[in-house]
Amino acid sequence: MDEGRMQLELTVNGVRRAVPVLPMARLLDVIREDLGLPGTKEGCGEGECGACSVIMDGKLVNSCLVPAVQAQGSELLTIEGLAQGGTLHGLQQAFLACNGAQCGFCTPGMVLASVDLLNRCAHPSEPEIREGLAGNICRCTGYVKIVEAVQAAAGTVRP
Amino acid sequence: MRGNVPACTVKVPGTLQEALEVLAQEPGLWRPLAGGTDLMVPFAAGRLADTHFLSLQRLDDLRGIETDPGGITFGALVTYTDLRRHPYVQRHLPNLVQSAKVTGAVAIQNRGTLGGNLVNGSPAADSPPSLLAYAAQVELTGLGGSRWVPVEAFFTGYKQTVMAPFELLTRIRVPEPDAGFHFYRKVGTRAAQAVAKVCLAAYARVEAGIVRECRIGLGSVAPVPIRARAAEAAILGRALDALPVAAARAALMADISPIDDIRSTAHYRRTVAGNVLVQALSELVDWVNIQS
Repeated sequence: MDEGRMQLELTVNGVRRAVPVLPMARLLDVIREDLGLPGTKEGCGEGECGACSVIMDGKLVNSCLVPAVQAQGSELLTIEGLAQGGTLHGLQQAFLACNGAQCGFCTPGMVLASVDLLNRCAHPSEPEIREGLAGNICRCTGYVKIVEAVQAAAGTVRP
Repeated sequence: MRGNVPACTVKVPGTLQEALEVLAQEPGLWRPLAGGTDLMVPFAAGRLADTHFLSLQRLDDLRGIETDPGGITFGALVTYTDLRRHPYVQRHLPNLVQSAKVTGAVAIQNRGTLGGNLVNGSPAADSPPSLLAYAAQVELTGLGGSRWVPVEAFFTGYKQTVMAPFELLTRIRVPEPDAGFHFYRKVGTRAAQAVAKVCLAAYARVEAGIVRECRIGLGSVAPVPIRARAAEAAILGRALDALPVAAARAALMADISPIDDIRSTAHYRRTVAGNVLVQALSELVDWVNIQS
């Protein structure tokens, strides 16, 4: 192992992985470059936009603000881990059906923030959806279709 | 990513004692790192001089929340999400729930800590105004022992605190307020993910139409989070039906010393701080009327 690196052991999308990383590397860079999972995006790089959202130990986090050292032993869910085999997750289906994606750059973060929200609150109201997604910014068009996708997935409104 | 990642060394102590020993051996060298939501931003931008970090991630003793008949004690690593969900905080300290709710959004609230929000020393932090309004204290711990400092005396200047380089902020104590009026308002560019232009938290207790207790905390209007002592004095002991609102507003102007910066102007902050105080006092009067 290179000098200064640590062995980062974590479970990524259900698979145990171990990679040598620099302890202050951003989890975002570890995910994209060391773990080879480019579905997690970098937008602002300062915790404002939510494009790098992943679920760590059951909690939504901005992976750009997590130093690799603090992900030691964690369980990580990235956008690549949502679909089971060839079957999309219900929220992915809903984003598709409701046209909840435009350019797609914010979509992995939006979907994971939505997964986190529905984990905490199975039938959120529209204000609850907007609060749950308040840390995820879309610059294409707006949030109506995205909110509709979450409502559809939660069964609160039919697509 | 412009931070010098390869130059960095991180220690991950397993106990508070170990952490304090590291700080005592080389005071000032090791930068404590909690949830990272503040520090990782300047670090990644290459604007943080520190290269030695003391990650507090394994100090589970600092994650607890304990209540007793006199109040509540938070470990420094309690997150905003923890604050929002705690039944005691929801019941007795609604301003603190509001502070947590308007700090970033969910992902930030899951990682950001109450201790970090204080130690970072930002005048624009969202929780200090509430902690000031609730007369909270912080515990600073070094190898030699602990000392308690009122939050009001914790901040000494812009991003400066009384904490010594060999100390860690370990706990935050909030005495249980008597039944009273609670007010919190943060004014920012948008509802989520914004840094405050003005933030005001207040707690007041009224007995037989007279204001018997009143504390007002403000953020983003001075080099440090402040108590509005002059505005409080204008209100304290006064009858609600003749509350000197204009005088309190004028007194508040002596409490604050806002500046122009990227988020707002001194003029805007003075005007809005005054408006929000007037709103708080008006809601106080309404609240008392509803009670009686």
